[in-house]
Amino acid sequence: MTRHFDQDLQELKAGLLAMAGQVEEMISLTQQTFHERSNPIAERIALLDKIVDESELKLDQTCIDLLALRAPFARDLRLIASSLKIVPELERIGDHCTNIARRALILNPQPPVLKGDALRRLGEETQSMVRRAVDAFINGDGAMARQVILADDVVDRLYLQLFSELLRGMLADPLCIERSTHLIIVIKNWERIADEATNIAEEVLFILEGVNVKHRYLQDPPKH
Amino acid sequence: MLACQDLKIEFDRKQVLKGVTLAFPAQKISAIIGPSGCGKSTLLRAFNRMHDLTPGAKVTGSVTLNGVEIYHDAEDPVLIRRRIGMVFQKANPFPTLSIFENTISGLRLSGVGNRGLLQEAAEKALVDAALWDEVKDRLKSSPMSLSGGQQQRLCIARALAVDPEVLLMDEPCSALDPIATSKIEELMFRLRERLTVVIVTHNMQQAARASDRTAFLWMGELVEEGETEAIFTSPKKSMTEDYITGRFG
Amino acid sequence: MMSSHRLRKFHGRLMETVCLLAALAAVVPLFAFLWHLVAMGAGAFSPALFTHLPMPPGELGGGLKNAILGSVLVVGTATVLGIPVGIGAAVFMTEFARPSLTSALRFACDVLSGVPSIVMGLLAYQVVVRPMHHFSAFSGSIALAFIMLPVVVITTQEMLRLVPHSLREAGHALGIPAWRIASSISVRAAAPGILTGAILAMSRIAGETAPMLFTSFGNPFLSMDPKAPIATLPHTIFTYAISPYEDWHRLAWGGALILVLGILGATLLSRLILWWHQRSLNS
Repeated sequence: MTRHFDQDLQELKAGLLAMAGQVEEMISLTQQTFHERSNPIAERIALLDKIVDESELKLDQTCIDLLALRAPFARDLRLIASSLKIVPELERIGDHCTNIARRALILNPQPPVLKGDALRRLGEETQSMVRRAVDAFINGDGAMARQVILADDVVDRLYLQLFSELLRGMLADPLCIERSTHLIIVIKNWERIADEATNIAEEVLFILEGVNVKHRYLQDPPKH
Repeated sequence: MLACQDLKIEFDRKQVLKGVTLAFPAQKISAIIGPSGCGKSTLLRAFNRMHDLTPGAKVTGSVTLNGVEIYHDAEDPVLIRRRIGMVFQKANPFPTLSIFENTISGLRLSGVGNRGLLQEAAEKALVDAALWDEVKDRLKSSPMSLSGGQQQRLCIARALAVDPEVLLMDEPCSALDPIATSKIEELMFRLRERLTVVIVTHNMQQAARASDRTAFLWMGELVEEGETEAIFTSPKKSMTEDYITGRFG
Repeated sequence: MMSSHRLRKFHGRLMETVCLLAALAAVVPLFAFLWHLVAMGAGAFSPALFTHLPMPPGELGGGLKNAILGSVLVVGTATVLGIPVGIGAAVFMTEFARPSLTSALRFACDVLSGVPSIVMGLLAYQVVVRPMHHFSAFSGSIALAFIMLPVVVITTQEMLRLVPHSLREAGHALGIPAWRIASSISVRAAAPGILTGAILAMSRIAGETAPMLFTSFGNPFLSMDPKAPIATLPHTIFTYAISPYEDWHRLAWGGALILVLGILGATLLSRLILWWHQRSLNS
């Protein structure tokens, strides 16, 4: 029996997907700003950020209304409760993108500080995590959600690697301190985006399986 | 603790309950949910041997109260029913008796004559049923002057006056408005401290609000049973999930 | 040529008129008879009617004292015999018996209630008069009890059936023994209806004449001995009405009026009981 409620849930999912789509576009535009300095790109990112903020307000209200009016249980309840948590995660990803793009515009005209493609890989890995987390949500794919959670380790390692490279650089050459500081903030923002993607994947697992996989260290026995 | 093992019930050869095994822990509220006709009331009435009064009913399997089989030939059903009380869907106070007489009817008609005892028992029962304040000035008047919710609480008081160990409630709120319903749910929470309460309900929200454990019955079989939070947030069986989200039944 | 609307109205009015005429045909003769009865019987009403014994034919001033007291004894004894047995049987049928047994017993009662009263009189004659070798008030009571029994069983059973099954269920769920449920819950709830049924059964047998002809047999003198023949009001009315004496005719009309007033009183009493019970439920 299809229910009128199912329509509301489909609309909620569609809203979330639209928001995720806007955020994904923001990420890919953000990476572009590292290669080309462009005002249209910067303006587009700012516009998307505004749209994402509006979506957050609208979807928050939709979730509250569904809880009040439909008294949902089981999977429906988990979907709505998790959506209430996924929406702010997406909004924060958008904010991080805005931060990164702003610093990219400052750094672009100046000589680069980092050698190698670790920064580019950090951006790509993070972008992939966000895309896979959203796909896991659309397709109800628990295995993919688990992959995203594991991929966070890769991003953390890249972050640490870049962080120590930047520190050593600052110790060696005081002239690059200003640029390095901006870059530290940039890589921090990428790392935060990856954390938010992980959170989204954990919420997807809760929707699908009813199990809360967060803060594993509280549940796992202490390792010696 | 009230429990049943492989309980099967048939009426005139028609199988209504197909082998149900359940346990209701003491001092907890257990809810039985399921669509109409799934056998919830039949299951409930097996626990106080009400089917003994139905010609053509056949009960097999075991029902135990604190480990003692209640369907044993040596057990007197009348005594069983004093330990396992029941409240029905539609309030049924005795119309020819006053409120006071209704409350102590179970005691008096079973042979208790001491006026002092009866008065004490009546007051205690009416307090427990959250009705004392509303009727203490008119104990001699007719129960038909009470509202539907008050009449149902009177029936609960009447059942409590006999001092049972278990209270079986067969959709007690289905004929009541939300305020009357919430008063009864509140008193169930207090009763839980001394009794085992088993409630049959077709109202999912009520089962979620008011019970500690929930059992889902479908077509005479137990589908799933567990802690109420678990059943309503992440049920294990997809049939349970479909029922509580309203996809069928 | 009438339109269909006017045709329908005409048909409606026609049917109404026909039904009204039928109602009048039923009610008017009844009232006419009652009027006649009151007119004829009131002429006989005096304290003497109740306090004097019958006089031999030709002498004026007789009364119906023996017949009135005789009816009281015979009907009273029949009631004491018939009502408890009837109520007991009905309680058994509704509260304890298997459905098959209940329907068999009910069928028997339905048949017996249709048996002509003279046949019951014959039964009492066979069972009481012949062994005793003479007519008696007691045999009259037995005959009336036989007549009364199925009626009491049927009305009591119907009243008990009206008691909602939910009340019995509530009683069982409280752990009240079955016999106590029957007496204190079912019978108590049906009590006004049962009482009314008993009163109406009594007023019915008070008017039975045919069985009296060869059981209590009649007695011109005052007698309160159950083993002896006794006068009863309906029997005396019969005897006096077919006699050639004017004075006895007058007494017969008086007796008939007493009977009808008695039935009226019984009916009013039963209504009063029901009304009072309804009032006490609503207060």
